[in-house]
Amino acid sequence: MTFSPQLEARFERLLKSYPEGRQRAAMVPMLLYAQDEVGHISDELIEEVARRVGVTALQVNEVLSYYSMLHRQPLGKYHVQICTNISCLLHDGDKLWEHACKKLGIGHKETTGDGQISIEEVECIGACSWAPAIQVNYDFHHFVTPEKLDQLLDSLRKKP
Amino acid sequence: MLYNEPSPLETRVLSRRFGLPNSASLETYLATDGYQGFLKAAGMKPEEIIEEVKISNLRGRGGAGFPAGMKWGFVPRTSPKPKYIVVNADESEPATCKDRVLMENDPHQLIEGVLIAGLAVGAHAGYIYVRGEYRYLIEIMDKAIAEAYANGWLGKNVQGTGFDFELYTHTGAGAYECGEESALLESLEGMRGIPRIRPPFPAVVGAFQCPTVLSNVETFCAVPAILRDGGAAFAALGVPRAGGTKMTCLTGHVNKPGVYELRIGFPVKQMIEEVGGGIRNGRKLKALIPGGSSCPVLTAEECEGLTMDYDAMAARKTMLGSGGVIVMDEDTCMVKAAMRIMRFYAHESCGWCIPCREGTTWLRKILVRLHESGGTRGDIDLIGDIARNMLGRTFCPLGDAAAMPTISIVEKFRSEFEEHLAGRPCPYESAGHMVVV
Repeated sequence: MTFSPQLEARFERLLKSYPEGRQRAAMVPMLLYAQDEVGHISDELIEEVARRVGVTALQVNEVLSYYSMLHRQPLGKYHVQICTNISCLLHDGDKLWEHACKKLGIGHKETTGDGQISIEEVECIGACSWAPAIQVNYDFHHFVTPEKLDQLLDSLRKKP
Repeated sequence: MLYNEPSPLETRVLSRRFGLPNSASLETYLATDGYQGFLKAAGMKPEEIIEEVKISNLRGRGGAGFPAGMKWGFVPRTSPKPKYIVVNADESEPATCKDRVLMENDPHQLIEGVLIAGLAVGAHAGYIYVRGEYRYLIEIMDKAIAEAYANGWLGKNVQGTGFDFELYTHTGAGAYECGEESALLESLEGMRGIPRIRPPFPAVVGAFQCPTVLSNVETFCAVPAILRDGGAAFAALGVPRAGGTKMTCLTGHVNKPGVYELRIGFPVKQMIEEVGGGIRNGRKLKALIPGGSSCPVLTAEECEGLTMDYDAMAARKTMLGSGGVIVMDEDTCMVKAAMRIMRFYAHESCGWCIPCREGTTWLRKILVRLHESGGTRGDIDLIGDIARNMLGRTFCPLGDAAAMPTISIVEKFRSEFEEHLAGRPCPYESAGHMVVV
């Protein structure tokens, strides 16, 4: 597989970050950084990472199934993650989640027909003092209201 | 940037650079006594550094509250194996969002804390394990690390002291369990985040099977000030058995939620009323969880006369934990709160040991059913039974973390569970203040 020069540089740095013979330590970071570039964890990507860190594809599969951010299927171009954990719940984060489902007509980990937006009800994302909070890909949005969420989703639908 | 206004009641030690122009830059850091603690430590013997940290009464800020100096002292410095420093930046305990602010606004403070720990235990490499969701913080830390290397604050012979240190960031990929120290180490090594049995503790067998100091971001961030201004000055800010300040995350029903740096021993009522601006909509306090969702809940009466301190919290059978304060007003449905907390732990249980895996799953089922459609009187006792059977019977503290808030909510708010037995509507939902799942 070929990756961007930036990602290749990151991989190179990662593989040098761990003690000699411990290169499998780079596996999860490589998978996550690669997923950001190619969209999801494909069979081909698993083979590639396995080869580079010196383990079998089965070993990569075993590890990746543990981590909730690693996805075997493509998600929307904009992955909207809505927190409904306790601090967000106290600020009606669950209402935001229902609102998003209704508005987009999709559910947990589902994607709109045009592939633009996917949504996920997530556990605590570390924005508890600025609740309710959501993340779009890696960008945080704090103090979200249903109106702000509407505007955001409308803009994401059209966003290139 | 800062996401909330600071409070005049804060004691700003770790957050002293917050709000300065380019607070994350090396230039600002050096202009405000940055790396002075390291330079001082470089002229000290390792035992002297550890002694200074012991004098400071710094206790672990991730949740367990273990004395940091003692932890450093457990590392066998004469061992021929390499030693490592590992920073737990997996911040995942619900209600906790302080490490984010520390790394975003003052990354060099963390780097300096790690360097000093390295000097103290003879480590020459360190890893900052950042939760995957905090991608922007990895970029910020990587930038600060690159700046430190370029200016001789990391790498070979740091500032001519003869001390070598390499520092790396490492990303997680979504797992609460990886905030638990031994699961974090497994994850760092490229495995599933399954906890290890202890002993041996990480100080002796940690990262890559070598002696390791593993602490929370905030713990390391306190170290530069301790070396710079002396352990005694830091200790004096707190209470007799816990020094310094605590980055406190006020969340829930307060008018001014936010992350505030408060001295250890700060009064709980003053924190809610003055720092947090009181309960929103002029309502009354019903319940408070002081240190992240895994701590036992306190009633409003139990908060009277209480201070934000490890021992004071222990005396009320709860914990200062991570400093994630959850404030719940009188309209909060405690059954729903218990249910949501349990949904989280059931989702995050790694499945390795049965009391946690099965216990959290069954508790989730019972609590969801009770909140959504009622139940039988036996269900309420069953919740307590299952939770008590998890306590102390799991490899890692996740089982306890799920059981403790649940047991306390059922004990202290039993009447609310009884009100739910008849099924919908939830009494609080009909009051129009809180909605159903």
